[in-house]
Amino acid sequence: MMQTLTGPCFVISLTVFVVGMLVRAVWYVRGLDWRLERVAYAYHKDRSIPGALVSIGKWLVPGGTQGWRTQPVAAIAFFLLHFGAVLIPLFLLGHTVLLEHHLGISLPALPQGLADLLCIASITGLILIGVRRFTSPVLQQLNTRQDWFVLVLTFLPFFTGFMARLDIGAYDTWMLLHVLTGELFLVLAPFTKLAHIVLFFMSRAQLGMDFAIKRGGDSRGGAYPW
Amino acid sequence: MSQILCSPTPVTTQDGIRALLADKGGEEYYKQMRALPVDQNALANDLQQTCKSRTRTWLEICAHCGMCADSCFFYKANNNDPAQIPSYKIQSTLGEMLKRKGKVDTAFMMHAMDVAWGQCTCCNRCGLYCPHGIDTGVMFSYLRGILFKHGFVPWELKIGSGMHRVYGAQMDVTEEDWVDTCEWMVDENSDEWPGLEIPVEKEGCDVMYICNAREVKHYPEDLARAAILFHVTGTSWTVPREGWETTSLTMFAGDWEGCSQNLERIYAAVERLKPKMVVGTECGHAHRATVVEGPYWAGRESGDAPVPFLHYVEWVAKVLREGKLKLNPSKKIKVPCTLQDACNYVRNDGLGRYTREIMSYIAEDFREMSPHNEHNFCCGGGGGLNGIGLYRKERNIGLKHKLDQIRATGAQLVVTPCHNCWDAIRDMMEVYEEHNIKWTFLKPLLIDMMEIPPNIEHVSQE
Ligand code: HEM
Ligand code: HEM
Ligand code: SF4
Ligand code: SF4
Ligand code: SF4
Repeated sequence: MMQTLTGPCFVISLTVFVVGMLVRAVWYVRGLDWRLERVAYAYHKDRSIPGALVSIGKWLVPGGTQGWRTQPVAAIAFFLLHFGAVLIPLFLLGHTVLLEHHLGISLPALPQGLADLLCIASITGLILIGVRRFTSPVLQQLNTRQDWFVLVLTFLPFFTGFMARLDIGAYDTWMLLHVLTGELFLVLAPFTKLAHIVLFFMSRAQLGMDFAIKRGGDSRGGAYPW
Repeated sequence: MSQILCSPTPVTTQDGIRALLADKGGEEYYKQMRALPVDQNALANDLQQTCKSRTRTWLEICAHCGMCADSCFFYKANNNDPAQIPSYKIQSTLGEMLKRKGKVDTAFMMHAMDVAWGQCTCCNRCGLYCPHGIDTGVMFSYLRGILFKHGFVPWELKIGSGMHRVYGAQMDVTEEDWVDTCEWMVDENSDEWPGLEIPVEKEGCDVMYICNAREVKHYPEDLARAAILFHVTGTSWTVPREGWETTSLTMFAGDWEGCSQNLERIYAAVERLKPKMVVGTECGHAHRATVVEGPYWAGRESGDAPVPFLHYVEWVAKVLREGKLKLNPSKKIKVPCTLQDACNYVRNDGLGRYTREIMSYIAEDFREMSPHNEHNFCCGGGGGLNGIGLYRKERNIGLKHKLDQIRATGAQLVVTPCHNCWDAIRDMMEVYEEHNIKWTFLKPLLIDMMEIPPNIEHVSQE
């Protein structure tokens, strides 16, 4: 059972994830239409490239934008979740071993202590987001079933992985659940709003270029002050 | 009334405009709209054509995180009404329309119209606060295009779009009216300014000036002031006979075909007169339509206009910087004053540095609003909202937000180089009975403050 799950199933789910994400990214870029969107994507590269990079970069830094600064609670929840969400799947020792074994990709591994810390932060972030979804009138208006589904879908691999890691009993069961939920996450991500894992970069780059090429990049003399 | 007033077909005749105008307040027009069927197949097709990967991705990856809520002045002004959250507004209209692949009814379309024009001014502020870079204002503008195509557009904007199509201007100002007004303004002012000219259709000048039909029709003195400022700065300038109107109610209406017609007229004038640059009057959306979006409507791949197009504030900053316009420092504004940043050329064209440069020449006690510049709030009347009777109540609620922002600066004067903002600010002072704050365009201030160079003859009229 575990053999199949960490063997072929792992490879299949990872393939679905990577191919799915790639397809979405390619579909995004191919669907751009300079005339419809009124953005001369192919021109003014001197402004558009910095515009795109700044539009992505500033949002990856805590407090890097007016948006993060004016919404501290959302910002804290976001960064608590995302440092771990990005680093753990790629750089956790348990994961790098698998990646190396199946794909021959060897990534550096996070020190265990740091991994634990990131994991706790992510779980805290997810709980905080959940609490916000329950309590904030704004989020109550916006919540959909998919939002809850995605939140749980993300929570499960973190929680089960962490329980296995704590090793306070039923290790095998937790590990089994972890692998199952982890693979479920990978398979479903391209088809839910989790596709933002790549589309965030597309969307931010597009808006950065939009402002840099058309909406004042020339007069502003640089990227948009997010 | 048996005549068809409300239909998907744009108005393209004088008779059509007259019929619409005769229907006071659009009563019959909206009555007909309530019975206007939705062509669902055509709608499905229009959605396909309009919503490609950018829009679909925006709608799909929206995290429903709510970070855009506080950024929208409508949300704030309506006591944090959840129905005013940008994400909710667009998801429940355009998003829903896409989900149902165009299978929506008349009531749905009318609701979408209420939201697209009555709850969003396309100020694009929320796009700055969304971590995913989702620009809801842009989506609303495309939604307007779809609604326009199916006949669901507020009465005033149906008329506005028709005016542009029939008269080439947002009001019924004919070419003859325009040229007459130019002559009249010269006559009125040449006693005071001997040698003053408004050269019509002159080739090879440095500047071709374009303006707003409202100035021509209702405040022609604005045109006279523009002429005086060109005269005093020794600018070689002209106005075109056709292609002088730079505003675009067609843009507010979502009438893209009308938008390109406007553009073609202006660009044809550039082609004829070959000016080194074009200067547009103190108007926000006109600049957006002509300079920011316009080149695309004209099909220009580079996205740039054929010659530099300057907003009036850019031109003023330039002549001040170059010393061609000298102001008397003792005449600087003494009262505390603030500046309205028009979204259409500040957030969406980066010209805030020029308005601030100008303020440094004209004001002793300049106070920034908070927030300001690229992060400013809409005046409350943008996107055509000022003109729409149906949403007057909604607009007036929104105006309060800007009024509070202005009051917080302690300013007694608001410098407002944008027609729409100017109207909105005038109306908010009236609606909320604020009598101690004044508002003004730049031109009258500059005329009061300028030093007349010795080579310019001036006969004081006092
Ligand atoms: C570098 C890659 C990523 C970037 C730039 C990114 C960015 C974002 C942004 C901007 C949001 C919306 C803001 C918010 O809800 O707070 C978001 C939401 C979210 N992200 Fe990511 N993300 C990335 C990777 C990931 C990964 C790898 C996961 C999961 C393991 C993940 C899980 C989530 C979840 C669950 C939400 C929704 C939170 C909610 O319900 O409000 N993200 N992400
Ligand atoms: C797809 C197949 C996956 C496999 C085979 C796998 C395997 C593992 C293994 C072997 C461990 C080590 C447990 C231990 O320390 O004993 C682990 C831990 C963990 N995994 Fe996964 N994982 C997968 C997917 C995921 C995904 C998609 C996520 C998150 C989005 C995730 C998050 C975690 C976390 C948070 C831990 C615990 C970290 C710590 O505190 O050490 N895993 N996983
Ligand atoms: S801030 Fe952006 S992602 Fe969040 S709810 Fe608003 S539009 Fe959606
Ligand atoms: S574009 Fe402006 S008015 Fe429209 S939803 Fe966004 S913030 Fe509100
Ligand atoms: S009227 Fe002025 S402030 Fe309001 S949307 Fe237009 S440019 Fe912006």
